[in-house]
Amino acid sequence: MAVTVHIPTPLRPYTGGSASVDVEGATVADALAALTTAHPELQKHLRDSKGRLRSFVNVYLGDEDIRFLDKEATPVSSGAELTIVPSIAGGAA
Amino acid sequence: MSLPELSREEISRYSRHLILDEVGMDGQRKLKGSSVLCIGTGGLGSPLLMYLAAAGVGRIGIVDFDLVDASNLQRQILHGTGTVGTPKVVSAKARVHDINPNVQVDVYEEALTSENALRILEPYDVVVDGTDNFPTRYLVNDACVILGKPNVYGSIFKFEGQASVFNLGDGPNYRDLYPEPPPPGLVPSCAEGGVLGILPGVIGCIQATETLKILLGKGSTLSGRLLLYDALEMRFRELKLRRDPDAEPITELIDYVQFCGVAQHEDAVPEATGPEPFERLSVQAIATRRSEGWAPYVLDVRKPHEAQIVAFDWADRLHPHEDVASIADELPRDRDILIHCKGGVRSAKACAALAERGFDRLYNLEGGITAWAKELDPSMPTY
Repeated sequence: MAVTVHIPTPLRPYTGGSASVDVEGATVADALAALTTAHPELQKHLRDSKGRLRSFVNVYLGDEDIRFLDKEATPVSSGAELTIVPSIAGGAA
Repeated sequence: MSLPELSREEISRYSRHLILDEVGMDGQRKLKGSSVLCIGTGGLGSPLLMYLAAAGVGRIGIVDFDLVDASNLQRQILHGTGTVGTPKVVSAKARVHDINPNVQVDVYEEALTSENALRILEPYDVVVDGTDNFPTRYLVNDACVILGKPNVYGSIFKFEGQASVFNLGDGPNYRDLYPEPPPPGLVPSCAEGGVLGILPGVIGCIQATETLKILLGKGSTLSGRLLLYDALEMRFRELKLRRDPDAEPITELIDYVQFCGVAQHEDAVPEATGPEPFERLSVQAIATRRSEGWAPYVLDVRKPHEAQIVAFDWADRLHPHEDVASIADELPRDRDILIHCKGGVRSAKACAALAERGFDRLYNLEGGITAWAKELDPSMPTY
């Protein structure tokens, strides 16, 4: 399945500046694996040393948080859009 | 509670609201009888405070412990050239009163802490989070949950913003979105990463809009939705936000600096344990050594556009810190290597990355080129 992954600004240095990356995958996990294979530097920003998605990085399939779907086992259909949303704190300084 | 009356002057001032069905006389009196606490008077707080004041919110609290700095003016339009060096709360209060003298302004010139947060937040209907760091964001969230107050959220980074409304009725809060903060060092701050000046204007205006809607009880707020804004692509996206059934209940305030510190994250990006594999040198120590003939290889790990602002003419090479490892083969192993950036954080990362590749004569310029400019060479610009 061809899936588009939207990359947030803080992670774009690790995708060569790309705001979105097209990958293949049947599940969210597949798609993210394809993403980090294409852009290995992303791995440590998305996952901890045990391979779990970091708790301050949310992944959405369409507009749904995958934590409330079937997490990374959630199947994706062709043309699906994944959005990575890390927490950011800026505002005043 | 009976709503306050509007004076003749106020009726004239708010006429464009009064002729809106959704506001009208009752709504405007509601605004006059309401109170909002704005935490932070920076990029987000600037448009927010100005619009809430103009809109006629009766009482506005302002929390900030900082002074106005020249580097704030690129985005913090609440302040001006004439108030550089003065406390932000003083500058903010003067600007708010210039816009609308009918507003009562309460000033808290202190940092929000676990000790004072409940006392400061308690007297307000709505709290707006315009802070710039994770510890304060979790503190504001938890205090709002404990006190049962809506928390209007906005956050920015470079060209991207997030906005939502937390803890409105049974709605989700910040911890439902992000149970834990990122470990220090993994997410750069605006001071490190930069921010488009107009970006907080957009997000702060969205926060102001949501605040007014909550006070008026009109429309559909962002409760249960996370709004993303990408200024570079000029695209808004909207994601669903739900209560996390696994979330721990929030019953008391904790030590948020520790919560957001390294201790909590054993799974953080590997931090060096034990002695650092490089030496940290102050600008004075480096100046002294250089005057005694020390001639290290000097590596600037900032971005090229930063080096265009200001650079050492004695630097040997410029290469961004993220992939400094890729030039390891081109760096001298038989010389001391002094690495610097703007403030000393990225250069320390570069030192660690090169140490992993077997370099053992590494020196980090503490405080970066900014410390050098401030302490040794005031003729150099800072940014």
